[in-house]
Amino acid sequence: MTDDNEKNTGGAEPNGTGNGSGNGHGGRRPRRVIGTPAPAESHRLLSQEREHEEEPDIERAGIHPRPEKSARRAEKIVALFFTLAFLAGIAFIVAYWVLGVHSPEKTRISNIGLGATLTIALLAIACGAVVWVRRIMPEYEVVQERHPLNSTPEEKKAFAKYFYSNADDSGFTKRPLLRRTMMLAMAPLGLLPIVLLRDTGPMPKNKLRHTVWKTGTRLVIDGTNAPIKASEFDSPGGIITVIPEGYEDNLDELAKATVLLIKMRPEELELPADKQNWTVDGIIAYSKICTHVGCPAALYEQQTHHILCPCHQSTFDARKAAKVIFGPAGHPLPMLPITTDAEGYLVAQSDFHEPVGPSFWERGSVKS
Amino acid sequence: MSTGTTGNKALNGVGNYIDDRFHVAEGLKRNLKKVFPDHWSFMLGEIALYSFIILLLTGVFLTLFFNPSMQDVVYHGAYSKLNGMKMSQAYESTLKISFDVRGGLLIRQIHHWAAVIMFASMLVHMLRVFFTGAFRKPREINWVIGVVMLTLVMVEGLFGYSLPDDLLSGMGLRIFEGVLLSIPVVGTYLQMFLFGGEFPGHDIIPRLYSLHILLIPGILLALVGAHFMILWHQKHTQWPGKGRTDQNVIGGPMYPAFMAKTGAYFFFTFGVIGLLSTFAQINPIWLYGPFTPTSISAGSQPDFYMGFLEGVLRIFPAWEFTIAGHYTVTLSVLIPALLILGAIFTVLGVYPFVEAWITGDKQEHHVLDRPRNNATRTAFGAFGITVYGLFWLCGSNDILAEKLDISLYSTTWFFRVAIFVLPVLMFIAVRRICLGLQRRDREMLAHGYESGIIKRLPSGEFIEVHKPVSEEIRAHVEGKKVIPALPGGESDANGVPAPGSKGPLGKLRRRLNRAYVENDISLSGIESHGDGHGGHEELESHGERERELTRD
Repeated sequence: MTDDNEKNTGGAEPNGTGNGSGNGHGGRRPRRVIGTPAPAESHRLLSQEREHEEEPDIERAGIHPRPEKSARRAEKIVALFFTLAFLAGIAFIVAYWVLGVHSPEKTRISNIGLGATLTIALLAIACGAVVWVRRIMPEYEVVQERHPLNSTPEEKKAFAKYFYSNADDSGFTKRPLLRRTMMLAMAPLGLLPIVLLRDTGPMPKNKLRHTVWKTGTRLVIDGTNAPIKASEFDSPGGIITVIPEGYEDNLDELAKATVLLIKMRPEELELPADKQNWTVDGIIAYSKICTHVGCPAALYEQQTHHILCPCHQSTFDARKAAKVIFGPAGHPLPMLPITTDAEGYLVAQSDFHEPVGPSFWERGSVKS
Repeated sequence: MSTGTTGNKALNGVGNYIDDRFHVAEGLKRNLKKVFPDHWSFMLGEIALYSFIILLLTGVFLTLFFNPSMQDVVYHGAYSKLNGMKMSQAYESTLKISFDVRGGLLIRQIHHWAAVIMFASMLVHMLRVFFTGAFRKPREINWVIGVVMLTLVMVEGLFGYSLPDDLLSGMGLRIFEGVLLSIPVVGTYLQMFLFGGEFPGHDIIPRLYSLHILLIPGILLALVGAHFMILWHQKHTQWPGKGRTDQNVIGGPMYPAFMAKTGAYFFFTFGVIGLLSTFAQINPIWLYGPFTPTSISAGSQPDFYMGFLEGVLRIFPAWEFTIAGHYTVTLSVLIPALLILGAIFTVLGVYPFVEAWITGDKQEHHVLDRPRNNATRTAFGAFGITVYGLFWLCGSNDILAEKLDISLYSTTWFFRVAIFVLPVLMFIAVRRICLGLQRRDREMLAHGYESGIIKRLPSGEFIEVHKPVSEEIRAHVEGKKVIPALPGGESDANGVPAPGSKGPLGKLRRRLNRAYVENDISLSGIESHGDGHGGHEELESHGERERELTRD
């Protein structure tokens, strides 16, 4: 039946089902008299009787009631589920008070206690409702008409006429000076939110080009913060993460300055001429920050001397100045020139000679 | 209690009170009577809706305890393994939620699981809408809203799991930083402004927090409202079937049937998420440790909805070049992370309009297509699933290599080749399968279905008896619409070109249209030949079937 049908039939039938308000426009004042006792109908508990009585009612077309016997059994099942949900809900509250937390083991038990009771409560309500819908509520196969979504040409024309004539009246269409200056007035306001974002951060300047490594900065071991002597780091195949002394807790600096220190047999190195004196007795230092998108390139394969970034698998050859041999990284890991100080500790000769980490627009071509 | 027609006194009082002020009786009745067609696949979007509600509820709880600060503290708390470690207050308060707040771990896990379920159900809901053509006129705008929501939910999820500032999520932010840096001209500025300086800085988590709990959910809430109101206004689509047309909708009324069903569905969704959160641990941040830029765990995996992006980043070749020695263009990040991502969402967003342009179809559609009945669309969908699926799998290529014991680089190369080959093969195969199924449907309409009864003919030959299909199935199958073909030929008999076929764009359109409708068949008006009981008749119709098939 259509929504429109609805109105007609509702008005025509004095004994409309279910409510007394569907009386069309004229009958907006509710005909039901509030506060009067319900008619005898409400005492009739057998729904079959009612259905029979209302058989000719057009409102009930497509509504197929379930057999009362099975519905009565279903009601008990639903009640069982809802009671279970109630009990589980109570159990949740009890579990909340009884089961403590403050240790991983207690938290685990509390999580299971609270989670299980909550789950049971939720699923029991869901199951109860499903039984209710499928075994007690009637089966519906109601037909409703769709109305065309578009307006009739007359409606459209009437709207357009109203819209344009009022636009003309307002002067917006006829007075270009008004229109244009108004739009002009709005333009800067639209930009303000972007302008206001300016102070969210500093200008990049050359921040990305430099790290805190300076001539003579000692390499200290990440974690223990102990400086390291070239003579102590003497087993080929060894690899450690080192950071600049004095910046052990500065994450902003470490995000650029962290270095992989690798020990090889000196004869294994195949470095270009200008970098050959950047190592100390087969100890070579590369930026640990992957040149792809900045993950720590932390995996090292001793036999092949390959450095692998676990994020996107860029692979660098540690023997050949960290040349890219696989993966998406666009250029080698920058190399930190190192030497030893008077006490034999490993120190930087200088900062990196190129920006570390992911590429950026202003990076430019850097000899590496 | 039987309320009859006069109803409950108290309820009537409330009803009158409201109606006296808002005049709702008529409109409310009309809306409560709104008919919703009944099919399991129409409920997929509701899983997303309910997950969203669960996310809002649990999210509010989490904000009561979470401290989005990157200030350093030294941990002394219930998780003794991290005692004495330096960490941000964000990480510390997440540990506190997990181990010191009763129900905190459960709510955290519900929040995370609900996010995963929400995105997954949105994907599946989108596929349902796509493959059934439910995005066609008049529902294109709702489709676009859906695509925008999908994008937002992905970003919302990324920001959300970045908040605890653990080692895993911090690495996600680091990758995000690298992606920002790759943007030409403005990349470094965007990075500095978003992070308030260099990575990681002290601003990113509080900033993501306000985006995560206020801005994005606010937009999502508005879009969910719009999505639902449009659905309500336009009424739901329905499957083809007996009595179902583009002018009606057949099903159960909102009140009470649909209301009760959908209510039950909310509890099912919540219950299943609760079950997962109780027994399937998710994001155990205490195992990852606090974020530090110097360390990483091997086998790091983002949440599944970011997986495809991770995959594209992994297989893209190392393309990077410099303009005039001064400006670096990092195609190996720019293309996968931004252009391909943008392309995927753009293709999704414009698809309804492109399809309507190719087919020239300007009709309203309220009866759905069975996926087989629009072979090209379904094949294109399979193409898209394959692309997405391969990217997604590749996001775990290290895990695949380890579990399957194959070389890591081989997996990368496999995906580099497969991404070009498999989607095309999938397209061709799915299209063929759909057309085959259409033909089988036609045969079924003409000759009935195979009953499984074998008969022996007097001649000694064995045949299978075919029985005519039921009226319901016939109506369902006959619901197939012929995909509109654009007027053929360069010009009509008088040499006037067909409208919309002029110029290179018009030619392209016609060529696409021809490819789109190629081999499409009609399933309407097919008479049932024979009742399938007469053996000889059966043979004849078999012969006829052969002819029919070869005629195509």
